[in-house]
Amino acid sequence: MQRIGVFVCWCGTNIAGTVDIDQVKQAAEKIPGVVNVQDYQYMCSEVGQNLIKNAIKEQKLDRVVIASCSPRMHEATFRKAAKSAGLNPYLVEIANIREQCSWVHKNKEEATEKAIALVRAAVAKATLNTELVPGEIGVEPRALEIGGGIAGIQTALDIAEAGYKVDIIEKTPSIGGKMAQIDKTFPTLDCSACILTPKMVDASTHPNINLYTYSEVEAVQGYVGNFEVTIRQKARSVNADKCTGCGICTDKCPSKKAESEFDEGLRKRGAIYIPFPQAVPNVPVIDREECLKFKTGKCGLCERVCPSGAIEFNQEDTLVTQKYGAIVVATGYDLINLDKFGEYPYTEHPDVITSLEFERLTSAAGPTAGKFLRPSNGNKPKKVVFVQCVGSRDKSSRGKTYCSKICCMYTAKHAMLIKEKYPEIEVYVFYIDVRTPGKNFDEFQRRAVEEYGVNYIKGMVGKVFPEGDKLQVHGVDALSSETLIIDADMVVLAAATKAKDDAQELGRKLSISTDANNFFTEAHPKLRPVETHSAGIYLAGACQGPKDIPETVAQSSAAAAKAIGLLNKGKLVNNPCVSQVDEQICSGCLACTKMCPYEAISSQVIEVKEQGKIVKKTVAHVNEALCQGCGGCTVTCRAGALDLKGFMNRQILAEVDAICL
Amino acid sequence: MSLENKQISSENTSNFKPLIVAFCCNWCSYAGADLAGTSRLNYPANVKIIKVPCSCRVNPNFVLRAFQRGADGVVIAGCHPGDCHYTSGNYYTRRRFTLMKNLLEYVGLEPERFKVDWISAGEGNKFAAVMNEALEQVHKLGPNRKLRDARWKR
Ligand SMILES: Cc1cc2nc3c(=O)[nH]c(=O)nc-3n(C[C@H](O)[C@H](O)[C@H](O)COP(=O)(O)OP(=O)(O)OC[C@H]3O[C@@H](n4cnc5c(N)ncnc54)[C@H](O)[C@@H]3O)c2cc1C
Repeated sequence: MQRIGVFVCWCGTNIAGTVDIDQVKQAAEKIPGVVNVQDYQYMCSEVGQNLIKNAIKEQKLDRVVIASCSPRMHEATFRKAAKSAGLNPYLVEIANIREQCSWVHKNKEEATEKAIALVRAAVAKATLNTELVPGEIGVEPRALEIGGGIAGIQTALDIAEAGYKVDIIEKTPSIGGKMAQIDKTFPTLDCSACILTPKMVDASTHPNINLYTYSEVEAVQGYVGNFEVTIRQKARSVNADKCTGCGICTDKCPSKKAESEFDEGLRKRGAIYIPFPQAVPNVPVIDREECLKFKTGKCGLCERVCPSGAIEFNQEDTLVTQKYGAIVVATGYDLINLDKFGEYPYTEHPDVITSLEFERLTSAAGPTAGKFLRPSNGNKPKKVVFVQCVGSRDKSSRGKTYCSKICCMYTAKHAMLIKEKYPEIEVYVFYIDVRTPGKNFDEFQRRAVEEYGVNYIKGMVGKVFPEGDKLQVHGVDALSSETLIIDADMVVLAAATKAKDDAQELGRKLSISTDANNFFTEAHPKLRPVETHSAGIYLAGACQGPKDIPETVAQSSAAAAKAIGLLNKGKLVNNPCVSQVDEQICSGCLACTKMCPYEAISSQVIEVKEQGKIVKKTVAHVNEALCQGCGGCTVTCRAGALDLKGFMNRQILAEVDAICL
Repeated sequence: MSLENKQISSENTSNFKPLIVAFCCNWCSYAGADLAGTSRLNYPANVKIIKVPCSCRVNPNFVLRAFQRGADGVVIAGCHPGDCHYTSGNYYTRRRFTLMKNLLEYVGLEPERFKVDWISAGEGNKFAAVMNEALEQVHKLGPNRKLRDARWKR
């Protein structure tokens, strides 16, 4: 027979006001196995805890039930107390008689009766509790950063500075992300390249950081502290060790038909190219779809002109497998495709551009060397119309229901940049609402109106008609209900932001979830904003939702702090409430392996004695480090061979029986 | 299963004190129940909660056992679809218990006695509402006579 102690907490009047403590005590004393019952005003206080510890020692208790507040409040406290008195912490059970009893019921008699039932259930469960010992797993002291935008760079630098190795996987040939394409940044209007490029260089030269550019995640295995990631390094066709970045090959390349991704298609690039002059690494890549050598077998000019013999046409993709303790996802965002927005002839008219194209057009390093000119004829525009919320806050299927968050600010920025260079250009902004919360943000937007005379019009644009060399913008001023027609030279569309198209696929590889809009989901919207539901995987930047740079950087440093905290532990204890297999009963059907969301169950062949003979038998095997303890497999198992430690079938059935008594 | 129908029918139904057993997942619904407490919402004391790590830990066996032991209603509550702490556990719950409900109906138990619902950690209100609703249903139906094993007296 067990020696169970029951400790009933008053929680001042919180419990004692509604529950008759004496009656609970009397009822508890009658439960078989209970040898000691005590009450105290505040069990969680030091005095209360000492009361429990002394009872464990003096009464030789081997199980403890505490009738108090929710286990979510103080289970950890009481387990610690038990442990310090020499009792295995998993022999402690809590009867939640505050949140789930005294606080929700008014009738004292009923509440007391229920409290007794809850104590009975907790004792019934505790009677069957067994000692559980959490296992220990090591933590690989290296982090992986997926995505090399400002989010990835910032997180990597923070982790590297803390003394841990970091690898960055960047899909495109250079790190930098969208921020590298931006000309000047709100709310300070400092030049983006001036603040980003030094960080890019820092990342590439930091002894603790290793870049895998033009690379992707192929596969992810393992678990917190021990991820095993296979990286696909796409064939660059240029040997990065030999290349000096002199640029002769890119100049000489005869194929110049491809649209530059970096310049948003406003400029052509060669088949062998460096995406932009400040690219890191400064090593070209051959676009095999465009390269004449790959298409026709002829050419090979770059190979001939390369002074260092770095061109390697026969290069192949390589796969690298590396172990990581923590992973930070920072894959950023994109703008939506505007094909379905026929009212703005974006696909037809070169003078209708997106805001990201605008960034390239005002950039001193851009296709027009910073001169703001009409793409159609190279003339300076006289009137420019900005349209906000193109696809944002749009419930129709072509748009996104959410606010893209950054557009109000960058549109104000764009308007000011035009006015700064060319005060004579008339600038109009059509908006639904102006949303500029953030430090110095509202002041920034107001400056556009008050100092620069930008015309803000509340209302949407109905249609844009190309007419002659003008764009007739038909809109409605919602405040005056007036119909407006503006003969603009250029129209700039603030296209909605969207999650990366491959976010779901990457999410599946990592076992992290995405929301209805394919942005990655954080573990808790308020309290765990940079963690995911998969331990050891964190989120940074716009891959979690639309964000500007200040917010991205703040979140990136937060993700870094979380990753550093994990790497710094060196060892992890895992939850001992994991599934276990009764190999004798297991039929080897392996249905559990398919159900398990963590791939924690695999098959193994064991030798068993059957009628005197040793035979081989396939059974399920639980990897305790991977198992998160949901218990789903225990129900899937038709043989009943799987059970969950800490929540065993017989424990739960005992609770049911005790409640139904 | 033997039923002592006579004894049960002689029960004074106006004194009917229904019992509802609620299986709540640790991460969402159990926390939702706690929030109902912290917010001092009210629901009758006939609801008693058993904590499970995930709603997918609930074996149909547990539900049967509760009915056999005389529970008048059983509720399973988990995280909302898509929000499962364990990614996909509640999808299994949904599939398993859609089937289970059919089975219970097939053997003659009123399906209204059994319910699966999704209650997040922030939905203290919903927790109280779901429990009140479940009780109301059971009150309408009266005591569970069909599955109750009379050898086990409540
Ligand atoms: C027109 C415009 C103007 C803006 N102006 C400003 C401004 O003035 N001030 C401001 O604060 N913010 C501005 N922003 C917002 C700014 O662009 C973002 O806040 C910032 O870029 C977010 O950084 P990120 O690293 O999260 O994402 P990104 O910049 O998108 O970087 C993500 C990186 O991850 C890589 N990647 C993606 N998928 C994978 C994968 N599967 N594997 C490996 N790598 C991958 C991408 O190639 C990219 O390099 C502007 C945005 C736009 C559209």
